[in-house]
Amino acid sequence: MSDDHVYMTLAEGHEDDTRWAYGTGFEDPLHGVDTTVPEGVDATELASLCVALADDALVSAQRLAEWITRAPELEEEVALANIGLDLLGQARLLYSRAGQVDGTGRDEDAYAYFRDADDFRNVRLAELPGGDFAFTVVRLLVLSSWRLAHFERLASHPDPVLAAIAAKGVKELSYHRQYAAEWAVRLGDGTDESYRRMRKALEQAAPYVGELFTAYDVRDEVVAVLKQVTEAAGLPMPVYRPLPGSGRDGEHTEHLAPLLAELQGVARAHPEATW
Amino acid sequence: MVTTLLDARRARYIAEQVPDPELPMLTLADLGVLRGVELTEDGAVVASLTPTYSGCPAMAEMRADVAARLREAGYARVEIRTVLDPPWTSDWITPAGRRKLAEHGIASPGPAPRGGGPVPLVLSPTRHAVTCPRCGSADTEETSRFAATSCKALWRCRACREPFEYVKEI
Repeated sequence: MSDDHVYMTLAEGHEDDTRWAYGTGFEDPLHGVDTTVPEGVDATELASLCVALADDALVSAQRLAEWITRAPELEEEVALANIGLDLLGQARLLYSRAGQVDGTGRDEDAYAYFRDADDFRNVRLAELPGGDFAFTVVRLLVLSSWRLAHFERLASHPDPVLAAIAAKGVKELSYHRQYAAEWAVRLGDGTDESYRRMRKALEQAAPYVGELFTAYDVRDEVVAVLKQVTEAAGLPMPVYRPLPGSGRDGEHTEHLAPLLAELQGVARAHPEATW
Repeated sequence: MVTTLLDARRARYIAEQVPDPELPMLTLADLGVLRGVELTEDGAVVASLTPTYSGCPAMAEMRADVAARLREAGYARVEIRTVLDPPWTSDWITPAGRRKLAEHGIASPGPAPRGGGPVPLVLSPTRHAVTCPRCGSADTEETSRFAATSCKALWRCRACREPFEYVKEI
């Protein structure tokens, strides 16, 4: 034992696959996957797509994690944390794929921790502050419906790795959308207060919804789902008046930088740390 | 040649017996995440694993466990591959695995929804009946679709009043 400090001792002995605690020693989530980029697939385009989808997931997961210890009930806290964990898993796979195909060889941490807000390509709806539970439900409903529709198409993408990540994600996103939709109906069709909050949440989200439909053609599917849910909830369908700019072009609200500061703080303070 | 075949079967058997880190009553074979174990011509063992959920934090643990068990058994060179396609489905939990889950008070999943085509959103309450793993009653209700691990939901039995976990269909 070279050091009396318990954590220093634990940090020793990282040979092979040994680790000092469960869940530590994260490594490449695409370990051992065939990394070839198929002929006819534009590597730059593929990498950009993977980063954008990963950024949506990472930023959403961070916002969901903010509910931990603050959710209305323990069950909801567990649910939101689980949904965040699924999204974090999708982000890890997508960042790893991006690093393989964009020629930089960057790992997932390089994308998550060492890029600034201007380099993030997530849609702005994902980065807006948490707000109340109603806003979380509305945001999750919109983003999971959109991501699900998009992943359903990506499951037949010519890149087999992205296609496999998407096919796996479809199953998870179906559960996320179901959770959000059921809560939207319960709150919209609930008390005067929950109805009022849901209306307000829809109005808050509406300006950021148009941005989702600029890059990918899944608008009809998403609008159909939102219509189905708002009708069942007795809520008015929000009117979309898209704001100019897009998170996909690196144009963000003032809320992304503080989110990233919290997310990236430890990794940037100790860039070579292992634990 | 015979030795090689025996070796391959032995390697497979060893990998199959590794317990799942989050559901330790199940082996990786019971859970259906071990997708193959092969011996290469030059004598290395290649074991293929697939994650249950994208964010499953147990993947790194499973990889390490399988590699360690095989090394202990005398296989000097072990390679673990991640397989993402086809994605894991709860249908791959074996009958033996389902029996072990029930013995530990965890209800097994029903048939997974069929893939292909857009997933419909169903808002009417169409939850299928889940049988209580303790008393066998079908008078049960979901309390939360999410639980201590990604793969489970929380239910309770209205007959015996006991809460229980339920592995979700995926």
